[in-house]
Amino acid sequence: MQITLHLNGATHDLDVDARTTLLDALRHHLGLTGTKKGCDHGQCGACTVLIDGRRVNSCLTLACMAEDAQITTIEGLGSPDRLSPLQQQFLDHDGFQCGYCTPGQICSATGMLEEIAAGWPSHASASLEGPFALSHAEIAERMSGNLCRCAAYTHIVAAIRQAAGADDRHEDAA
Amino acid sequence: MREFTYLRAASLADLPASATIIAGGTNLLDLMKHEVMAPDALVDITRLDLNRVESEDDGLRIGALVRNSDLAAHPVIRRDYPVLSRALLAGASGQLRNMATTGGNLMQRTRCPYFYDRRMACNKRDPGAGCAAIGGVTRNHAILGASDHCIATYPGDMAVALRALDAVVNIDGPAPRQVPLADFHLLPDDTPEIETVLRPGEIITGVTLPAPVGGQHRYRKVRDRASYAFALVSVAAVVGMEDGRISQAALAFGGVAAKPWRDPEVEAVLAGQEPSDALFAEAAEILLRPAKAWGENQFKIPLLRRSLIATLRDATGMEAKP
Repeated sequence: MQITLHLNGATHDLDVDARTTLLDALRHHLGLTGTKKGCDHGQCGACTVLIDGRRVNSCLTLACMAEDAQITTIEGLGSPDRLSPLQQQFLDHDGFQCGYCTPGQICSATGMLEEIAAGWPSHASASLEGPFALSHAEIAERMSGNLCRCAAYTHIVAAIRQAAGADDRHEDAA
Repeated sequence: MREFTYLRAASLADLPASATIIAGGTNLLDLMKHEVMAPDALVDITRLDLNRVESEDDGLRIGALVRNSDLAAHPVIRRDYPVLSRALLAGASGQLRNMATTGGNLMQRTRCPYFYDRRMACNKRDPGAGCAAIGGVTRNHAILGASDHCIATYPGDMAVALRALDAVVNIDGPAPRQVPLADFHLLPDDTPEIETVLRPGEIITGVTLPAPVGGQHRYRKVRDRASYAFALVSVAAVVGMEDGRISQAALAFGGVAAKPWRDPEVEAVLAGQEPSDALFAEAAEILLRPAKAWGENQFKIPLLRRSLIATLRDATGMEAKP
């Protein structure tokens, strides 16, 4: 079937089988291999992209269902000579070892920081009304949909806190 | 994944009766990848106007397409129905909550591993085939309301809170109707393949919450890891206190049955009483009277007892045990 995707500011016309996930459309039809296939069942978060600014699992999204939306992948967040703040902080804090989960981590963290800015609570929030600190506990809970087999979690949390401007001297202040 | 025809609905009137509905897709696409479900046609309802949260009488009407993340963060839900916010936030991951819808969450299937594995006998997937879970690995299985045909659980959190809140499911179809959530999911008996009262040609358009009842709201979920895991057991509690006595207690339980479990006798024994450990132990005794373990899920019986008692201590303001 013929579909049109709005991706990283450009428009792409594709001919796909209806079964094609957004993840496979990105990787196999558009050659955008930054988005990774880990489990392909929504359990690892490696395939995380932003749809209309919200983080989702592209492996559990049919490409044909994403037609009207604005899709942003890791390639759309920044480029090697113009890194996004999160991309820069993942480098500075060594927020990875093998790097396979990293694009999903960064897309997820990008969406997650927007959720905090919008005042969304989490399971780790003492009060549903906020304020929501960028504590280790909050970030760990909000990022639990992204697994890192290398277990670089400590550095991932540090990178996210730095990118968000959290004050490290008050690590777990709530 | 098997081939299917993709359709997109522009209006409720536009819905083909025979197609399987897809919205968030978080469970359905996974089941299709495993070929546990293989619909001939999918109808995408995400363009329908069902994504609002609106006041209705003294309560609230939640559209079927309202995403779990939006519902959890909704200011009225946070203020008046915090047990629902807490249950939603205890479920899945940030990404999945951004995708999953209110209607789809009610329709999610069990996570029984024997249901997902097509090499295993499963009466739910293949009626009459038998149940490989019975006598198998039962860590996640039911202790209440199960049958010799199926011991699977309903896995969700949202519906457990909705059960405690006396929510009603709004259904459109040839004859539009409202069904209390209490009656929406079915116990397995000898037809575990029939999981809800929804008939072919019907669609969930939303969920209605009655007027807020106040009280203390708690959602206590016990799971194998701190986040992003299904409940072993969970307790949704709405508890009111007056003059040192329990004026009302609505209690629903997840992870223990094929539907969100609720027992009016448990609530009746608490009503009008002063909170005490003896009272809570009596409530737990009543709750667990019909409980039956299936091998290794025996641990869920004491776990549910302790979870109920701990939730009641918390909600009634008793000091936490050291």
